[in-house]
Amino acid sequence: MKVGESVRRPDGPAKVRGGFEYSSDLHAPDMLWGATARSPHPYARIRSIDLSGARAMPGVRVVLTDNDVPGQNEYGLDIKDQPVLARDQVRYWGEAVALVAADHPEQARRAAQVVKVEYEVLPPVTDPEYALAADAPKLHPGGNITRQVKIRHGDQSARAEVVVTGEYVIGMQDQAPLGPESGLAIPGHDGGVELHIATQWLHVDQEQLAAVLALPKEKVRLTMAGIGGAFGAREDLSMQAHACLLALKAGRPVKMSYSRPESFVGHVHRHPGKLRYEHGADRDGNLVYVNARILLDGGAYASSSTAVIANASCFSCGPYRVPNATIDGIVVYTNNPPCGAMRGFGSVQNCYAHEAQMDKLAAALQMDPVELRLRNALQTGDTLITGQVIDGPVPVAELLRRVRAFPSPAPGEGQGGGLTSMPGGISNTTHGEGVKRGVGFAIGYKNIGYSEGFDDYSTARVRLLTKEGRARVEVHTAAAEVGQGLVTLQAQIAGTELGVNDVVVLNADTDVGSAGSSSASRQTYITGGAVKAACEAVRDRVIAMARAELRAPSGLHIENDNVVTGTGKMVVPLATLLGDEVIEETREFHPRQTFPLDPETGQADAHMQYAFAAHRAVVDVDTELGLLKVVELATAQDVGKAINPQAVEGQIEGGSAQGLGLAVMEEIQVKDGVIRNASFTDYLLPTILDMPPVRMDVLELGDPHSPYGLKGVGEPPTISSGPAIAAAVRAATGRPITRVPIRPHDLL
Amino acid sequence: MKVACTVNGVAREADGVWEGESLLYVLRERFGLYGSKNACEQGECGSCSVFLDGVLVCACLVLGGQANNRNIVTVEGLARADGLHSVQQAFVEAGAVQCGFCTPGLVVATHDLLKRVRRPTEAQIREALAGNICRCTGYAKIIDAVNLAAGRM
Repeated sequence: MKVGESVRRPDGPAKVRGGFEYSSDLHAPDMLWGATARSPHPYARIRSIDLSGARAMPGVRVVLTDNDVPGQNEYGLDIKDQPVLARDQVRYWGEAVALVAADHPEQARRAAQVVKVEYEVLPPVTDPEYALAADAPKLHPGGNITRQVKIRHGDQSARAEVVVTGEYVIGMQDQAPLGPESGLAIPGHDGGVELHIATQWLHVDQEQLAAVLALPKEKVRLTMAGIGGAFGAREDLSMQAHACLLALKAGRPVKMSYSRPESFVGHVHRHPGKLRYEHGADRDGNLVYVNARILLDGGAYASSSTAVIANASCFSCGPYRVPNATIDGIVVYTNNPPCGAMRGFGSVQNCYAHEAQMDKLAAALQMDPVELRLRNALQTGDTLITGQVIDGPVPVAELLRRVRAFPSPAPGEGQGGGLTSMPGGISNTTHGEGVKRGVGFAIGYKNIGYSEGFDDYSTARVRLLTKEGRARVEVHTAAAEVGQGLVTLQAQIAGTELGVNDVVVLNADTDVGSAGSSSASRQTYITGGAVKAACEAVRDRVIAMARAELRAPSGLHIENDNVVTGTGKMVVPLATLLGDEVIEETREFHPRQTFPLDPETGQADAHMQYAFAAHRAVVDVDTELGLLKVVELATAQDVGKAINPQAVEGQIEGGSAQGLGLAVMEEIQVKDGVIRNASFTDYLLPTILDMPPVRMDVLELGDPHSPYGLKGVGEPPTISSGPAIAAAVRAATGRPITRVPIRPHDLL
Repeated sequence: MKVACTVNGVAREADGVWEGESLLYVLRERFGLYGSKNACEQGECGSCSVFLDGVLVCACLVLGGQANNRNIVTVEGLARADGLHSVQQAFVEAGAVQCGFCTPGLVVATHDLLKRVRRPTEAQIREALAGNICRCTGYAKIIDAVNLAAGRM
């Protein structure tokens, strides 16, 4: 169980047997079911709420409104602007207004439906451009701009010989984790509450819940339940506060589990955006300047919009040397569904724009698109548009060369051949007639970990003890295993550092310090770093103990459950040395510091680590019917060090699939503030027939600053796969493709 | 309403079942068999795939009442108590499991495929599993797992 091996997941057997307990599988004796009454309007004043009908329904035990929230009714990850339960007004379709707990889930749902709310319906602000207008209603006290990021780099009046402009539109994507928002709240004997929950960050939930419930933090105890995927959807509170409020009021355990339609209004989405770009270059293809205006629709509440717009702005130009840049990133409040974190976090939207622009520029210069990118590729020591000098490996050119060098798939190849390999698939719409092939390239980058001065850290507690005559290591952190395989990596790191074969990773809870969120591709780095540090502290004590008790020489280490000399000679079995002794150490790991962006110029060393991935996409387009098939994705990514190569491949394949989804099918359709496709019937996700084989090159270039030299892996593949597909479709059809997801009529 | 059926070879009975409850709800909340998953409850994602009298179905699309006097096999019934079925073993080894929420449904659907086709082609695998959505893996390792299991069965 060492770093660098494709160790199998410890939770795998339970998961394949159906015995792994997810948050929606929880139950307790005497348990009630919670349900939520939600707003049918995107924007309205609440005149009155009548709960008498709901209270009279069979099986109903508790009905609550905002009046029953004992503490602060507003919560949020950055700006506390979102009500736990609507007070006086609703700002989006599906906003929570009242809660019900009943004996049976259907009783709770029906009672929620008869909560009678008298609304004064207001015209919603649904166009983010209009939200900026002087005459638009102010949706929040501070106005409709959630955050504006300005980047002013180099000469603002720079001119160039060759100029291309473009405007790009990105649809609203859903994370669609398969596990619904769910959890179980159990009232405690001390007036507190115990919440079993699937979340990306236990401690940030705990902090927000304590404020809402007016309880000290130690009386809000959170235990991680099995997580059915996250991808950003579990960063904000969904049903956490609601279940706790109901349980505390009822004095009984309360389970809440969203249906899929409710899940679509129960979590934030990827920001849709409109991006206007102007690129200037000299005749040789050297970039002279980039000007961009990026407008993201944050919807009704802030969530993590302030950080998303920072990313969208910082990485707006892509991984290229850009001497002069004028970037304006704006995220606004509207009455559309709230948007926040999703894998890629601001760098996905801008990658479509900067990569389309690079292709456009290449065409204007009559250059090969990859050659243009190579000419401008960022290298170690270059200055970013934020003024930060980028250090560590920056393999932009290498990744591009690698994806270009992959062999090309033959016509009809991919997905095993036959009809399934054709646009339209087994619908039998074509056998190749009218089909045109296209190839496209894209590269993207983003930050790993938290940025802009946030104190990013994680905590690990490591115990070494003897169990049944063998040495055992227990690793305890609060880090969320969302499917990425962190539970395996923690065990591998402990196995490597302590030389012990029996390593158990305990379930995450709030009995140990914060691990930060399983987001920003940061956990392997930050929690991995904490586990490593705690193991090193335990190891130092073991070695000191061996030297003191056995008068052993220096240079000892632990290998295969034994303390050995520098030359591998056995000194003492670890279990014998330990006896009944338990060695426990807790460590925090803080990566290097970052700094906030200057509000006027956007200049700062704002980010801790950068990760890069490139994709080549091959597509077939039926130009008569407007159907397309992604034939193959090829990718290259620098992961610094592959702690678990099989898990790395899984992240790259899965991340590429989510990128494909946004490019060709996934969009939450919002009309007049109302979601029109809140189900898996109407919101299309890539199936096994949509996802082509992925060729990949995984580079391990080693970051000098990180544990083992690793880089965050999860997000980069989601950034560049979609833009490569869009480029391939442009190449096949000659159509401009300025909007994703691509629709059939965009292809004709 | 009363529902009596055989689940994984064991006679089961639930009393007081509301007529609107799906077989999925009955399996999970009445019988405590949470292995069949509740991802879309609309027959789109395949996470709740079970065998009903030997036929692969989405348990969310079958009413609890329709299961009366029927024989049901869920993901929990594929292997003996401690061991893993070769399909399950292959999913673990191939890295086809990440969050795992789709996994029980995929294991059942793969079991069904390999019962019908001993050595499926890639196109056959893709067609057979097209009703099972996985959001984590991008499916490559799922195809690997099916091939691995087929090679061993």
